[in-house]
Order: sequence, then C-alpha cells, then structure tokens
Amino acid sequence: MTAYLRPTDDAHAIALRAAHADYLVLAGGTDLLVAAHHKPVPVGILDIAGRFAGITVDAAGARIGAGTSWRAIATSAELAATWPILPAAAREVGALQIQTRGTIGGNLATSSPVGDGLPVLLALDATIHLASVRGARTVPYHQFCTGYRTTALGADELITAVTVPRPAPGTYLGWRKVGTRAAQSISKVMAACALEIVDGRIATARFGVGAVAARPIRAAAAEAAATGQPPTAAVAAAVAAALRHDITPIDDVRSTAAYRLEVAGNLLARFVTNAGRTQG
Amino acid sequence: MTAPLTITVNGQPRTVAASPWRRLLDVLREDLGLTGTKEGCGEGECGACTVLLDGAPVCSCLVVAGQADGRAVTTVEGLADGPLLHAVQRELVARGGAQCGICTPGIAVCAAAVVDAGACKGGDARAQVRELLAGNICRCTGYQLIVDAIVAAAADVERGQP
Repeated sequence: MTAYLRPTDDAHAIALRAAHADYLVLAGGTDLLVAAHHKPVPVGILDIAGRFAGITVDAAGARIGAGTSWRAIATSAELAATWPILPAAAREVGALQIQTRGTIGGNLATSSPVGDGLPVLLALDATIHLASVRGARTVPYHQFCTGYRTTALGADELITAVTVPRPAPGTYLGWRKVGTRAAQSISKVMAACALEIVDGRIATARFGVGAVAARPIRAAAAEAAATGQPPTAAVAAAVAAALRHDITPIDDVRSTAAYRLEVAGNLLARFVTNAGRTQG
Repeated sequence: MTAPLTITVNGQPRTVAASPWRRLLDVLREDLGLTGTKEGCGEGECGACTVLLDGAPVCSCLVVAGQADGRAVTTVEGLADGPLLHAVQRELVARGGAQCGICTPGIAVCAAAVVDAGACKGGDARAQVRELLAGNICRCTGYQLIVDAIVAAAADVERGQP
C-alpha cells in the first residue's frame, strides 16, 4: 500500500523530502490529482498541505509561503494594496473549490504553461525560495521554469516561498486572462505586466505571458520594444509586433496559434496604452 | 501496511481501511455509502462532488483519502440538522432551484459554506453568488432559480432564520 507521510513542521517536511525523493509531493492536489484513479499509484505520498503557508508584507516586499492557498492570496488586503494583480489572478484560478485547495507553490512546481498564477509572478520579478537538507537557495522566477513542465527544483528540494519586491513608484501593473469563461476553463492566453513610467517614458518593462509557449515566459523582444519609449499607441503597436519574436503559440483543443498570437499582442498593446492613460 | 484512516464525517468519526490514494469521493460514496455526493466530471471542473474539508468547499474528486485523515468532512447528508433543512436546502426546494438534481448536492454544500461565512448579501449579492458558485456547473436550469435561492438563503441566515 502507498506510504503516506504528513510532516509535523516545515523542517520535518524538508527532512522527509531528502529521505524519500521517489515520493509524490502533494500540496493541495488540484493539478496532480486530476483523474488520480486513472494514474499510476505512487510509491509514497509526502503530504505538505498546510506547510510553508502564510503571507507577510514588509518594507522590502511580500513573502508568500509556497503552501499559501489561492483563496488566501485572493482575499489578502495587504497584497491587494500594493500588488493588485496577484489577488486578481488568484480570483481567476479555477473557482472557489480549486482556490481553497490549490497553492501558489503547487502552481510553480507543476509549472504548467497554462498555470494561471505564473505570468503575474514573471511581471512582478518574483524570486523562488527553495530548501533542502543541503541548505536554502533562491532562483529568480524567470530562470525557474526550464522547459515544458520542468523546473530548477532539485529532487531533494521543496519550494518554501515566493517573494516579490515592491514595485517602483509610478509602475503600472496589468493582468488579463482570456478563456472560454472566467471560471474553471483553462486559459487560451494570459498576460501580465509591470511598466515603470519615469518622466513620461517606460523606464522598465516586464511582460509575463502564459499559454503561448512551452512554459510561462518573459517577452524579451516586447520588453525591448517598450523600454525607453513613451506609452503611446504607436509604441503599443510596436510592442505587439515584437511579441511575435517571443512566443510560439500552438493550435490545440482550446484555441488556435493565430488567435493566441493576435490576442497576446492585443493584451500587451492595451497594457501600454492603459499605462499611458494612468499617467494622464 | 498503512494504518486505517479516521475521518470525521458529518460529525461522526469514521474509520476506513482505504488506500491513502483512494479518492475521497469514492470513500464517501462506496466505502461509507454516502451517495448524496455526486461524481460529474471527475476532474475538478463541475463541482458536483463538492464537500467541506475542515469547513472549506473542495472537490472530493481532487482530494485523496490520506489528505482527509484526521480531518472533518461535511457532505450534503450533513447539512440538515435532523429534520430541519439548512436555509440553502430549504430555499432551493421552495424556489425550484433544481432540475435533474445531479449538481444540486454540490451546489447546496458550496452555497451553505459561503452563506454561513456571511457572503452573498447586499447590493451585489447576485454577483457574489455568481463568482463564489462559479465552480458548480448546472446543465439544466439556467441558474436563475439557483441564484434566487442562495440569495434568499443568505438573507434568511442574516435574519437568524435557520
């Protein structure tokens, strides 16, 4: 029978991970347990639900424990005050039943190209905190996803937290998920942005996009097209055009490559023009 | 061998000799005979299998038995207090907020949790129902009477009417 381990505290979880690298690490299970009864039975399960949970905010930024549920993020007034796109994205993860169980660390670990929480973390320049019995380390989130559902997470490591810095003053934050309906349906396209406006120009641009490549990615060419430019309609069009060099959308049951390319470009263009309007 | 699991179901501690990998949905329906909880999609999309795990609405098809060990589960069979229906159940009956009935237990359980938590009141009550119940899909009714019932139940609970 499948062994089942539930650690007594966070340090215990890390020790058990080292001792049982072949076990399935299970947090909320909202991704890993889809059709579980049709999947191979794991040798063992390391149940880390409730571990590494909680949100703390200080002068440097926010620290979100990996085991924090999407519901806790969706309803955090502290996050909403400074990083409104985080609760906004959290409210669009599945629906209440999924948000209750699903965790930010789980979204990071399964690293689906359509993970709803992930483009926002790219835009916010998040850092991923990892721990093992060998010690703790951090990885910038834009280097964490290494390919289709692969990450920099080591076999003996657990994700412990995500940190996001405070955005610079004058930063426009945007988030938009496009799918068949707001709840539950897997996204066709997602995009998030952080555009720091200084003296009427985009000093720093970060665009995170999802469902348009094998992994959630930063749109480097689009960012280059925006950087140093004023947030005008012409620049917005240039950003949308540049995005074609960043993404590799596919045809699948949910959408087409052509639709995704068009809509992703439109979303980024709208972010730029919205940022311009915000600056008034 | 793994030790048997103990799950408090509708207030009663129940011991189950199930694999920790067995879906909570199957434990409830097949091992404990609580067939009020329905399986719709089996993928966490439809909400028909919604139960409360330590008070929070979850899809029981996406929870395995090991995760419920030592925890409290409420199913649709546990919503009523003896012969006294939960306000959500009473209003669903009174307003015809059901048709074929497969989605109804999940809707009743999810709605009871959000109404008991104080949601679905005020000027945007209907919008709150639409967001909080977005994970419960009904293919028959068009939702209007379900939303009516949940808004009415939230008002009942606010008035202290059980």
